[in-house]
Amino acid sequence: MENVLEVRELRKDFHTKKGLLRAVNDISFTVRKGETLGIVGESGCGKSTTGRAVLRLVEPTAGEVIFEGQDILQYNARSMREARKDMQIIFQDPFASLNPRLSISQIIAEPFDVYRMFPPREREEKVKELMRLVGLSQKLVNAFPHELDGGRRQRIGVARALALNPKFVVCDEPVSALDVSIQAQILNLIQDLQQRLHLTYVFISHDLSVVKHISNRVAVMYLGKIVEITESRRIFTNPLHPYTQALLSAIPIPKVGVQKRRRIILEGDVPSPVNPPSGCIFSGRCPFVMPKCLEAAPPMTEAEPGHSVSCFLVSDAEGARAAGDRTSD
Amino acid sequence: MSERLLEIQDLQVEYHTDDGIVTAVERLDLHLEKGQTLGLVGETGAGKTTTALSIMRLVPDPPGRIVAGAIRFHGEDLLRKRPEEIKRIRGNRISMIFQDPMTSLNPVLTVGFQIEEAVMLHQKLDRKAAGERARAMLELVGIPPERAGDYPHEFSGGMRQRVGIAMALSCNPELLIADEPTTALDVTIQAQVLELMKSLRERLATSMLLITHDLGVVAEVCDHVAIMYAGSIVEYADVHSLFTSPRHPYTRGLFGSIPSLDEEVERLKPITGLMPDPTALPSGCKFHPRCPQAQEVCRTRVPQAISVGDGHSAACLIYEGLVPGFQE
Repeated sequence: MENVLEVRELRKDFHTKKGLLRAVNDISFTVRKGETLGIVGESGCGKSTTGRAVLRLVEPTAGEVIFEGQDILQYNARSMREARKDMQIIFQDPFASLNPRLSISQIIAEPFDVYRMFPPREREEKVKELMRLVGLSQKLVNAFPHELDGGRRQRIGVARALALNPKFVVCDEPVSALDVSIQAQILNLIQDLQQRLHLTYVFISHDLSVVKHISNRVAVMYLGKIVEITESRRIFTNPLHPYTQALLSAIPIPKVGVQKRRRIILEGDVPSPVNPPSGCIFSGRCPFVMPKCLEAAPPMTEAEPGHSVSCFLVSDAEGARAAGDRTSD
Repeated sequence: MSERLLEIQDLQVEYHTDDGIVTAVERLDLHLEKGQTLGLVGETGAGKTTTALSIMRLVPDPPGRIVAGAIRFHGEDLLRKRPEEIKRIRGNRISMIFQDPMTSLNPVLTVGFQIEEAVMLHQKLDRKAAGERARAMLELVGIPPERAGDYPHEFSGGMRQRVGIAMALSCNPELLIADEPTTALDVTIQAQVLELMKSLRERLATSMLLITHDLGVVAEVCDHVAIMYAGSIVEYADVHSLFTSPRHPYTRGLFGSIPSLDEEVERLKPITGLMPDPTALPSGCKFHPRCPQAQEVCRTRVPQAISVGDGHSAACLIYEGLVPGFQE
């Protein structure tokens, strides 16, 4: 399948008072046309920075972001401005991401202002069309964000992101601020729009249930690194990285009387991305830590087709199997 | 027969706002047996926190007012107690863990001092004995006692919530009210805190009212569940009945809205519509505008809590025989 986005060795450093903070640490992934790639992880793992770095909303420190065959990190301001029509973002907080002084129609039409598109009459039609698309009543066209609840505000955020007819949208925790009944409505909307408009998504969330539900593939991030990436079903049926296993086991399942995963309680907190541990970034909390984990970072290894893991347990097993294959040949 | 620790009857709480009177809690009935954990579940604005604050007599007045009802703790109505009497109960026999441990702790006092304060006030201990108790409590929740001299900002979110738990349990309360205690925490840290709460509950035999929006947390921690919608309890049951046979259309809608981790569901079945405007709540059954089962009668008639099984009740006209039931 065709890749819409190819990210290679992406890195983002922030210079803080405490020292160099490597929020995104040389990660690589691809997003195929029409699919949803989920990125999941806990606070501070770098998932939102990744989402913003691929749109150059924060400037990556190093790496390549290849969108439809072109490395957009090489673009000058003007080319980037053109490229942004195709690459949009839906933000987490529908309270903070909408200008409180603008009406709904002004907010949705703002991208048209920016790109000097459509005369006023046509623009009005476009706004109405977008409101219909995201299920907002036409009555709200002159309302202001504070008059609306979180769910409808998030619909505005979706309409604005789709105004320029993008091909690729980063959804950065779009339902995290919403109640569960409203969250389900917005998730369905995001899915429907993908079908109708042939969109490609990167969907970022801390909630593995949500990510698994909406994504075709899932990348699990920890401390700036992707530790595991595979089809979303596999992440649940065959998690291979100890962190993924712990994350899955930590999620309370809303069911009774079913066989639940044995809970793996991780000790301690996520370490600071300033001066991260040497070797494997998860070594400090890993229940299976080995001496070599403290010395070197494990390579990304393909454990099965389309399922890559960064853990010595996996790379050693694969190495042994490859060696076994060679001797038996 | 278990002993009834807490019984709320016909509670009504209003907030007087510029936009009108908001009835945050209406005709609420709820009870909790000694040694049990009751989950109070609902979405934003359902009135969960107002219910908790009413028990603590901490509803901010103005704008809030407890208009009617009784809250019986060991049979005595807390709403009839004088402020001095409430002070002796609050933080002592009933205590509370708040959602955000950063805002509920005083940033300029050491955590040890803050725990000592509660103990000295209620247990009449001198500073030395209170200091010892504070360190013992920290140890109990898995914080090294030597950190008693640290300030809240020196702790991570999960550790701060442990401090909150230590403080709430420092006077060995009979009832612990936990208001979304793990909502602000990452899932692996939430798992640590939930494990801690479960083990402490067993060791100290504390009864607990756990307020949450997360049915996963309920399945894990609670014995009984009350589902709240727009200020009232719509369903009450033991955990097993509620999860295996939810009866109220709202409860069923909640389950349909949750993405499943262990099953393949193509599309969620959300509850349609929005949470009602709290200043203009719907007439009759407050859920009727969003209810797939609703009939004409639901617009006018207020449903009563009807028994639908052993210790299982639902406030829906289906169970009064006025509306057709679910097509299974």
